[in-house]
Amino acid sequence: MEEAVAVATVSNAAASASRYDAIVIGAGHNGMIAAAYLARAGKKVLVLERREIVGGAAVTEEIFPGYRFSEFSYVVSLLRPEIIRDLELPRHGLKILPLPSTVTPMDDGDYLAGWDDHDLTRREIYRHSPRDAEAYDEYSRVMARAAKAIKPIISLVPPDPSSMSWRDLKGLLKLARYGASLGEQDLYRISKLVTQSSADLLEEWFELDPLKGTKAASGIIGTYLGPRSPGTAYVLLHHYMGEIDGAFRAWGFAKNGTGGVTAAIAASARALGVEIRTGAAVHKVIVQGGRAAGVALENGDEYLAGIVLSAADPKRSFLQFVDPQHLPDEFTETIRLFRVRGSSGKVNIALSELPQFTCLPGEGPLHRGAISISPSIDYVERAYDDAKYGEFSRRPYMDVIIPSMIDRDMAPPGHHVMSCFVQYAPYDIAGGWDDAKRDAFGETVIATLERYAPNLRRAIVGLQVITPKDIERIAGITGGNIFHGELLLHQLFFLRPAPQWADFRTPLPGYYFGAAGAHPGGGVMGAAGKLAAEAALEDAR
Amino acid sequence: MPALSAFHHPRYQLRRTPFHERTSQLCLPHNWRRWGGCLVVGSYDLGVEREYWAIRNHAALIDVSPLMKYQIEGPDAARLLHKLTPRDIHKLAVGQVYYTGWCDDDGKLIDDGTITRLGEQSFRLTAAEPQLRWLAMNAVGFDVRVLEITEQVAALSLQGPKSRAILDRCCASPVTGLRYFRMAPNALAGRAVTISRTGYTGDLGYEIWMDAHDALPVWDELMAAGDDYGITPCGILAMDMARVEAGLFMLDVDYTPAHHAWVPGQKSSPYEMGLGWTVNLGKHGYFVGRRALEREHRAGSAWRFVGLEVEWESLERAYAAVGLPPQIPAMAVRGSLPVYKAGRQVGYASTSTWSPVLKKYIALAHLERPHYEPDTSVTVEITVEHRRRQAAARIVTLPFYEPEWKKQ
Repeated sequence: MEEAVAVATVSNAAASASRYDAIVIGAGHNGMIAAAYLARAGKKVLVLERREIVGGAAVTEEIFPGYRFSEFSYVVSLLRPEIIRDLELPRHGLKILPLPSTVTPMDDGDYLAGWDDHDLTRREIYRHSPRDAEAYDEYSRVMARAAKAIKPIISLVPPDPSSMSWRDLKGLLKLARYGASLGEQDLYRISKLVTQSSADLLEEWFELDPLKGTKAASGIIGTYLGPRSPGTAYVLLHHYMGEIDGAFRAWGFAKNGTGGVTAAIAASARALGVEIRTGAAVHKVIVQGGRAAGVALENGDEYLAGIVLSAADPKRSFLQFVDPQHLPDEFTETIRLFRVRGSSGKVNIALSELPQFTCLPGEGPLHRGAISISPSIDYVERAYDDAKYGEFSRRPYMDVIIPSMIDRDMAPPGHHVMSCFVQYAPYDIAGGWDDAKRDAFGETVIATLERYAPNLRRAIVGLQVITPKDIERIAGITGGNIFHGELLLHQLFFLRPAPQWADFRTPLPGYYFGAAGAHPGGGVMGAAGKLAAEAALEDAR
Repeated sequence: MPALSAFHHPRYQLRRTPFHERTSQLCLPHNWRRWGGCLVVGSYDLGVEREYWAIRNHAALIDVSPLMKYQIEGPDAARLLHKLTPRDIHKLAVGQVYYTGWCDDDGKLIDDGTITRLGEQSFRLTAAEPQLRWLAMNAVGFDVRVLEITEQVAALSLQGPKSRAILDRCCASPVTGLRYFRMAPNALAGRAVTISRTGYTGDLGYEIWMDAHDALPVWDELMAAGDDYGITPCGILAMDMARVEAGLFMLDVDYTPAHHAWVPGQKSSPYEMGLGWTVNLGKHGYFVGRRALEREHRAGSAWRFVGLEVEWESLERAYAAVGLPPQIPAMAVRGSLPVYKAGRQVGYASTSTWSPVLKKYIALAHLERPHYEPDTSVTVEITVEHRRRQAAARIVTLPFYEPEWKKQ
């Protein structure tokens, strides 16, 4: 295990006083970011992590000797620039390498590529469809404008429109003023974007199947929806937001994998005095006098603090860690109904040679980017059809990268690692997940890829298949949903995770909630962790 | 030499123009620029002055193939362009060329270019940016065909006082009778071409339009015929200086097209860009942006696009204060410079250049009402030895330079 990536701390290491100002549950990126912000404000902070390594779903692990994988989350797109600055992450080793392209192999042996260069992308689309090449120009601008319009909202504590509190009114006013500053056209577009399906949106613009399929695919990632389901256009926009900070390199592949990001965050947090304890599984939040007062571990150890902040998923945070007697029924019910159905799996492959894609002979620049198995909207929708009835997709959508092409340190010289995000793989698969089903899922992924890269199978030297059940088991995310809760319209903004409780506070005073299940949602973004820490600090004043 | 790997696939590079085989042989300084997704020559020399003087004294041959080109044809072609642009397209005669901008419905410029009437029902539109989607959206219900012909049609601009003589020497029919902003079919090197008396330099000049396959023979024929007249392949940097002297603006440099703007304040109307002369409010029927332009015409424009002449003595004083003679870049600078009046910012210059023919430091500038009247004295920000200073400047009407032979 590379030390910089996953630093294990012996759980029984000299426990200092068991009294802290703040305890954070979970050493994922959000938890450690929250801890760092609390420590920055002078608090004595303890982070408790169930696993032996930090990082949560943003970890790099050497699954096979010499081959390192971003086991779950594999690209960085939305890490907030202010967090990078405030926590001095570059000084602590954060390096984001460019991911310059996306290529979609086509069934006729050709491919469609998208580049981080406007002119190159235009040229490539033009090769297939002059009409789409022109539409693409305007589409990118319209989406970038919409993303820019929505982005400030992401950094804002979501105001509750039904509340009359000063803070909410101020927030609403700020939002209204911001809304008024947008052009009428932008407002219309945004309203359309949040209600449309990504297929409807894309069909208004394009005719090329691989282009529509690939763009539509980013509207379904982490959802249990198909490209023809309403609401997916918003998810597409959600992912698009990574692109407007492109110039600041907030989008890309982290050096040493995604664990490189959390290693930098952990290093920054430790430098600020945060104590991170691994192998420390939380059993319960201790409640005294109607307030969160500390945390009891599964091994019986207890730690006390006036602030307890959970960076676990909503179900764990509110249904497992806290006894229901401390929370209002309505809140508990909302969390119980919060949809966290995992819909994707991950297949990590160690390879003795570079996959030879029929459409990309040799080794070229497109191997350094994403490879998208999404030949058409229908292909992706059919993949969804299987999932609707509880099966994994017979021909799944995949977002593949070859990290060893971007960072040579990920695999032994001449060898490669391949990361395949695979959708759909339902958490609640018919008959339940077992080893045979996991193997069959892995085989489907290999068979699907093999159609485009015939040498793949014989190059495999190691195969790790991760189902949503495995995500739940290993990373501790209930339901195995990569966003801790689906990005559905009724689970976003002031409704995330529950109405009236989108401001990172919870019905249990002293208990805060700052992870992907809170506003503004998933991705290695860090906003929820930062905003939750700020809420706690505001209350402590 | 080792075989090129997949990394060198030309598809991973900018597009090459139909003249690349010739221009790449001549572009020894490897001064390449990006224009419309193409690789084009910035300058063929280490400096730009020789090419600039070819425009003003002899004849400069410029590859302008990256221009976006559209062919619009059909019974409703004129009606469509009449609806899309503020000019009266029904008055455009066959063989005539209009320069125009076109707007969104808020009367803000989307792009600008030329419209050539090739036939009763056939037009060629040039643009800086892709317009196919815009054209197609507006063409609903019109009996027209809109063809994108950017890559099929190669274009050369032959600019300078000797351009006419060169063309007369090598064209099948003389161009002497071709009036300003007119177009006629012709033949060159045995290839069919159309020649328009247009350009982007403010000098006597022609643009030659041909099938991309005919590009090299036409180039060769022109170079041979022009040899005695001092024909000079010219890159876009020298053209950039000449177009500022001619008072011609450039999309994305001197104005932000409405579709590119992040915020409304970045957009400009034709009136604000000095294109009021192309807006024909008396023309019959609706055109895109009409109501907004009528409102602006009544109320007056908030901005105007003007020329600025920087007073040389003022520059000299600013530099003399640090013991230096005036220093300005030898080519056009596409960078914004704040413009002040009585200590308050009243606008900005968007392109500035040394004008070799006028021996003046000039700039294209956007000024706020009421500071845009000719002869208004303002100051423009300059940087002298890393410190910001103000140089006196005067507002002048455009163009800065217009030789009598331009329209003769």
